[in-house]
Amino acid sequence: MNFASQFLKDARVMAGDLQHRKIIRTALSHYEVARDQRKASFQSWESARQLAAEAKWDALNHLDKYLVEFTAKIEARGTKVHWASTAAQAREIILQIVRDKKAKSVIKSKAMTAEEIHLNDALEHAGLNVVENDLGEFIVQLRHEAPYHIVFPSMHLTRGEISELFQRELGSAPTNDPEELTMIARRALRKKFLTADIGITGANFAIAETGMISITENEGNARLTAALPKTMISLLGIEKILPKMGDLALFLPILATAGAGQPLTCYNTMYGGPRQPGESDGPEEWHVVLLDNHRTELLADAEQRDALHCIRCGACLNVCPIFKNIGGHTYGTTYGGPIGSVITPHLRGLQDWKHLSNASSLCGACTEACPVKINLHHHLLQNRRNAAAQQPTLKERIGFKSFVQLANHPKLWAFAKKFARLTQPLQKLVKGTRLDPGYHWTQTRDLPDVAPETFKDWWRKRK
Amino acid sequence: MTVTLFIPCFMDALFPRAGICMVEILERLGHKVVCPEEIVCCGQPPFNSGYWDEARAVAAKVLQQLQNAEVIVIGSGSCGAMLNNFYPELFKDTPQSELAKQISARTWEFSEFLVKKLGVTDLGATFPHKVTFHDGCHGLRELGVKKSPRELLGHVRGLQLVEMAEVETCCGFGGTFATKLPMISTAMGDLKCANAIETGADYIVSNDSSCLMHLQGLLSRQGSKLKTIHLAEVLNQQ
Repeated sequence: MNFASQFLKDARVMAGDLQHRKIIRTALSHYEVARDQRKASFQSWESARQLAAEAKWDALNHLDKYLVEFTAKIEARGTKVHWASTAAQAREIILQIVRDKKAKSVIKSKAMTAEEIHLNDALEHAGLNVVENDLGEFIVQLRHEAPYHIVFPSMHLTRGEISELFQRELGSAPTNDPEELTMIARRALRKKFLTADIGITGANFAIAETGMISITENEGNARLTAALPKTMISLLGIEKILPKMGDLALFLPILATAGAGQPLTCYNTMYGGPRQPGESDGPEEWHVVLLDNHRTELLADAEQRDALHCIRCGACLNVCPIFKNIGGHTYGTTYGGPIGSVITPHLRGLQDWKHLSNASSLCGACTEACPVKINLHHHLLQNRRNAAAQQPTLKERIGFKSFVQLANHPKLWAFAKKFARLTQPLQKLVKGTRLDPGYHWTQTRDLPDVAPETFKDWWRKRK
Repeated sequence: MTVTLFIPCFMDALFPRAGICMVEILERLGHKVVCPEEIVCCGQPPFNSGYWDEARAVAAKVLQQLQNAEVIVIGSGSCGAMLNNFYPELFKDTPQSELAKQISARTWEFSEFLVKKLGVTDLGATFPHKVTFHDGCHGLRELGVKKSPRELLGHVRGLQLVEMAEVETCCGFGGTFATKLPMISTAMGDLKCANAIETGADYIVSNDSSCLMHLQGLLSRQGSKLKTIHLAEVLNQQ
């Protein structure tokens, strides 16, 4: 089954899953209120968005300069920077480090780039023990599932389901208490932290000016990942660059506000390199892997390159009525929701993934929510245009060519209305069945009749 | 002034009352209304499906028909957004680029035209019912229409306006989306209907008949008593 058929099949099932819908709506029920309260604490949220978009525009348009600056600064403190053009190269770079260190176990804090290159599979295939240490990621890893949401990986699960999972996988006692569930995970994870050979992180931002990466988190797990193992690897997309340290004063609060309705994420840490002489902790070795994986192709697209502004806050998913109805896994992509529907065709092939651009009512809630002003729903329209221009379907080509004739010839349109009026009693006989030409509408909805007197009939008579 | 009324294809064929009410309201306010009979559709279906050449073929005829219009009024946020926002993009770098921008600047969504251009908020209407207003997404987010319809409804005698929960969430129509992904569209529509029913209103009022066609279709199928009605029809109830 191809990606589009799988998507249609899963979307149909999920759209009718009322239990799932209830869980997601409950999970997001406080989000918009909290976000709006935090937005109000900005002097001007709109100006903040504009400034953020401009900073990202500058970063992306001078990526060549900023990446080199970032690399020079961070290498000066002893970090090794690796450049990976493809997912396969990134995996190989990381596997080579693992082999050099003769590592047996890896502890990993949340990183969507690692999901993008399917790093865990590669590491496990090479015989390593890999443990996710973000609570949500830990839960979905135990379920052998991909993250459901780019910020809230296990938001689709109830406490009861998590408790059952922990009982089964960790041998814990049943509990419905969120704190106790967290403690169960914490006890399991602490042991892993202490014995891991390598820590892997992602990054939220990479600061060119100072050669540092910024990681924001709510659990402190990324800090432990960076502090305990002797070797640390950070995998980040090249678009994570911000020009100046001062940009974080804007980006940290807008990320927290847009993503989770928080004033700031609980822990905001800057990493500048491996342990320096005289320092008491930190890794002995630090590798930064800069990942392209088709990002430069998107960068070359002048019309849509602002999709690389994305700071992965998840705001567009949180407000998307499609996401809330079909759920994160249905997309079948690393990045779900509106931003995923925009970038996946660029990252993984337009024809294979164009169906995601059609799975939108173009309501624009995503564009309104985006803190860096990516015109998400217009990009979906552009994806549709590019896909149709490259490979029009016969059915749509004939359909729209006929439509042009109908729309440009009022007499033909008048005839069509008369024809519909004559045939609609027949259509009623098969209404809502597969024989009904309007099946995709009438399966769940009534269709109004063509009016006995249309507006144009009335207008002509009146004149 | 002479107002050129743009009647969308679905309004012409399925919801002529809304168009007739707009004509009557504008004439009562002392304006001359013209309605180019050559215009059938704004071209949105092929545009939203990615078939921009076909959309341009339809839109070019609209531009030609409207080139001398003083102001253009549309009783649909969605078709309004097409003329206002998407025509300039569709005709970018073509000989009609300038005309598309001019037409865009002269085009008004119906409620915005009444309130912002004409400064009229009280049309002397009476509609003794409890209603809830549905914001079509194109009107709301592409054109920024939010207050005008509510101001107009606020002056209707006997009318009680109750806002529904999640009022700015899409109803799930989305043009071709409604038939390309009917089950997602239906799920979204069910939620919208549930929120509207929750208010206890007799009517869902909107400035977009296309959303209402979808919602009315769901409500009728479910046997609900809640009805849908275009804003112009409410404002024309004397």
